Amino acid sequence: MSEGSSSPDFPQHDEIVNERLVRWYFYMALTFMLISMLGGLLMAAQLIHWNPLNGIEYLSAGRWRMVHTNAIAYGFLANSFLGVLHWVVPRLTLRPVLSNRLSYFIFFAWQFVVLSTAAGIIIGPSFQDQAWVAELSKSLNIAFSLGAQGLEWGETPFWIDPVAQLGLLLLAINFGSPIFQQKGPMYVTLWYFLAAFVWTFLTYGMGNFLPEYAVPGTSAGAIGGLFIHDLVGLFVTPLGWGMMYYFVPIILKRPIWSHGLSLVGFWGLAFFYPLQGIHHFLYTPIPMFLQYGAVISTIAVELVVMTVIINFIGTVWGATDIFKKNIPIRWFYAGMILYFVTCAQCALQVTMTFQKLIHFTDWVVGHAHLVMFGVFSMWIFGVMTYLFPRLLKREWYSNTLCEIHFWASFVGVIIMFLDLMFAGLFQGFYWASLQPWDVSVEVSQPFWVVRIFAGLTMFGGFLCFLYNLFMTMQSAESTETAPDLENKTAINYQVMDH
Amino acid sequence: MFESKAGIFGIAGLGFFAFAFISNALVPIWMYKELPEQTVEEVVNARVLSSFGDLKQRYPEQFDKYFDAVDVDNCAEALRLGRQVYIGEGCWHCHSQFVRPVSNESRRFGPVSETWEYQNALQRPVMFGTRRVGPDLSREGGRRGSDWHAVHFFEPKIVSTDSPMPSYPWFFEGSPDKPNKRGLAMIIYIQWLGSWLDEYPYYEQLEADQEEL
Ligand code: HEC
Ligand code: HEM
Repeated sequence: MSEGSSSPDFPQHDEIVNERLVRWYFYMALTFMLISMLGGLLMAAQLIHWNPLNGIEYLSAGRWRMVHTNAIAYGFLANSFLGVLHWVVPRLTLRPVLSNRLSYFIFFAWQFVVLSTAAGIIIGPSFQDQAWVAELSKSLNIAFSLGAQGLEWGETPFWIDPVAQLGLLLLAINFGSPIFQQKGPMYVTLWYFLAAFVWTFLTYGMGNFLPEYAVPGTSAGAIGGLFIHDLVGLFVTPLGWGMMYYFVPIILKRPIWSHGLSLVGFWGLAFFYPLQGIHHFLYTPIPMFLQYGAVISTIAVELVVMTVIINFIGTVWGATDIFKKNIPIRWFYAGMILYFVTCAQCALQVTMTFQKLIHFTDWVVGHAHLVMFGVFSMWIFGVMTYLFPRLLKREWYSNTLCEIHFWASFVGVIIMFLDLMFAGLFQGFYWASLQPWDVSVEVSQPFWVVRIFAGLTMFGGFLCFLYNLFMTMQSAESTETAPDLENKTAINYQVMDH
Repeated sequence: MFESKAGIFGIAGLGFFAFAFISNALVPIWMYKELPEQTVEEVVNARVLSSFGDLKQRYPEQFDKYFDAVDVDNCAEALRLGRQVYIGEGCWHCHSQFVRPVSNESRRFGPVSETWEYQNALQRPVMFGTRRVGPDLSREGGRRGSDWHAVHFFEPKIVSTDSPMPSYPWFFEGSPDKPNKRGLAMIIYIQWLGSWLDEYPYYEQLEADQEEL
């Protein structure tokens, strides 16, 4: 079908894609990545006594650690994905989103959500001791926190939760509309996106309302576990893989290797992923049989994930030369290798035997960086590297800087991961050996020093990217466009034609 | 069905999510329905009240400025505030609140945590925590004096050389002997942790253990 180039029946790219919103989302995403990295560096510096800002209330490492994770989840990942959705969904369905105005509204609403989350976390606790807060929380019997709320990833202050929930609903409607109007079979990407809209909405509601207002104690722990996990598994992962199913075949100009494996991958993830939340709280008072269930389904999902990775390896098989020249594809496949590592690691660490040793240690922090940065952020950087020349109608100012960005990020995150993994093992053994606590902190110091340098490497790569982007924007619009910029609609059909 | 909109929206999107929610969230809720949530006032016990009185004796001026009498209502208010400060400052990203039955934790920290300990309004949402840079705090109450905590929050390095814990001078009005409302609340919250157990765990046990090793 790929020869049916610009047939007049098909809408042209510019009619259906709002490129300005894609750009805006990407700029906001990069801003929040910058903020998040600064927060991570602050916390890392605190741990090795190098934090010159210790003792300044609004720059407290404890508060900024929460900014660090929330800016990544809601600022960087969500904004990037929204930008990608504005590009991909119209092109796959050949229809614009429901309403352009709604799109702008969602954009501003989402920035409001993220900025007020950050502001709430940083400023809120300072005003917690006012009398009216105490009155209200006593009379309503709820935890009335002006700052962060006490649930990991759900720290979003309580007054923002309903806004965010509404935003997610509108977003699902805005993008759901072209998907539901589209006739004929849906491409794999759209399976993932459609499911992700439903899951994200439900997950957010579950985590941000039930444990705070309705469910006490241990059961709330179970729900909190589901929430932490579903946010990664049912929001980030499906959007991430959906993105890969779209961009990889387009850049490689090859169809996905096996449709059957795509099916297995999607349905396996859909079934097993939601069942694992409790693996975050093993050996807690949550009933033991539920803990075992979570462990088993976690191991099951690792097997399912392998099929997806095999499918992508099958797709690139025989064309691996492209890794040398094509930076976006290299980002994607490097991310997939790290995805494999993450999942292999997870299948081990989720067992009760490993949990004894590594729970609560830096091992887990290493795992979190590997999956959040090493996989999903790397994919997003790949997509940005691919899309910015198209969005700005300019070639990259410097290819070398793109290379540096890739290598600094890739090497940096691998060092950080290995370093924290070993740190975690040491901490686990020291704790079990009943040495005084301070000894385990002392033992961690060299690892924490290495970690900050690994972080600085990643940060340096990111600054190169920002500089490169800035210079690209300053340069003149190039008249000659890259070859696959021309037949924009035709490309769509190539993807579907598997 | 496997590639249709209805299948993906209904079965994968709604169906599988609901299945997981029922099996992983509703089951524990149902299992613990016999353990109703206690209010904050109900978990104010004699020990934490006496720590509260101790705060009044140590810091009379500051105490009278922010809380008037040593009674259950005032103590509950302080506990609520203390917990919110604990959350807002991110203490729970460095300290856990559960003792696991493995890895010698019951010898280091005290008795293994049980379900009933968490069925109260000060554990909503529950403060299990996911990372320990510092030690578990679920049996911290009574382990140290309140003045130790005050100095430690003001500048951890004074009492614990090489501590990577951040300092919290904004819990005080200039010096460690003048905690403000947040400071007093934070201290009483820490003294509350574990006060519901029949005995304070004996940390001296730990030293005996170390001699054995
Ligand atoms: C950067 C991580 C970090 C943060 C954030 C943090 N702590 Fe700590 N905390 C530690 C470490 C490490 C120790 C052990 C060294 C020491 O005693 O200072 C510790 C020790 C303690 C102790 C003494 C434990 C004992 O008996 O030995 C208490 C109590 C405590 N922290 C409470 C808090 C409170 C309350 C907060 C929030 C206001 C907080 N911590 C924030 C890392 C942290
Ligand atoms: C500039 C580089 C970075 C540095 C120095 C850094 C440092 C840190 C530190 C010190 C922590 C707290 C660890 C602890 O409590 O012991 C942390 C947590 C975390 N960081 Fe980063 N970080 C960086 C970049 C990133 C990026 C880019 C991401 C995501 C894309 C990320 C995701 C996370 C996550 C998810 C956690 C929470 C881990 C957990 O709770 O288990 N970090 N980081």
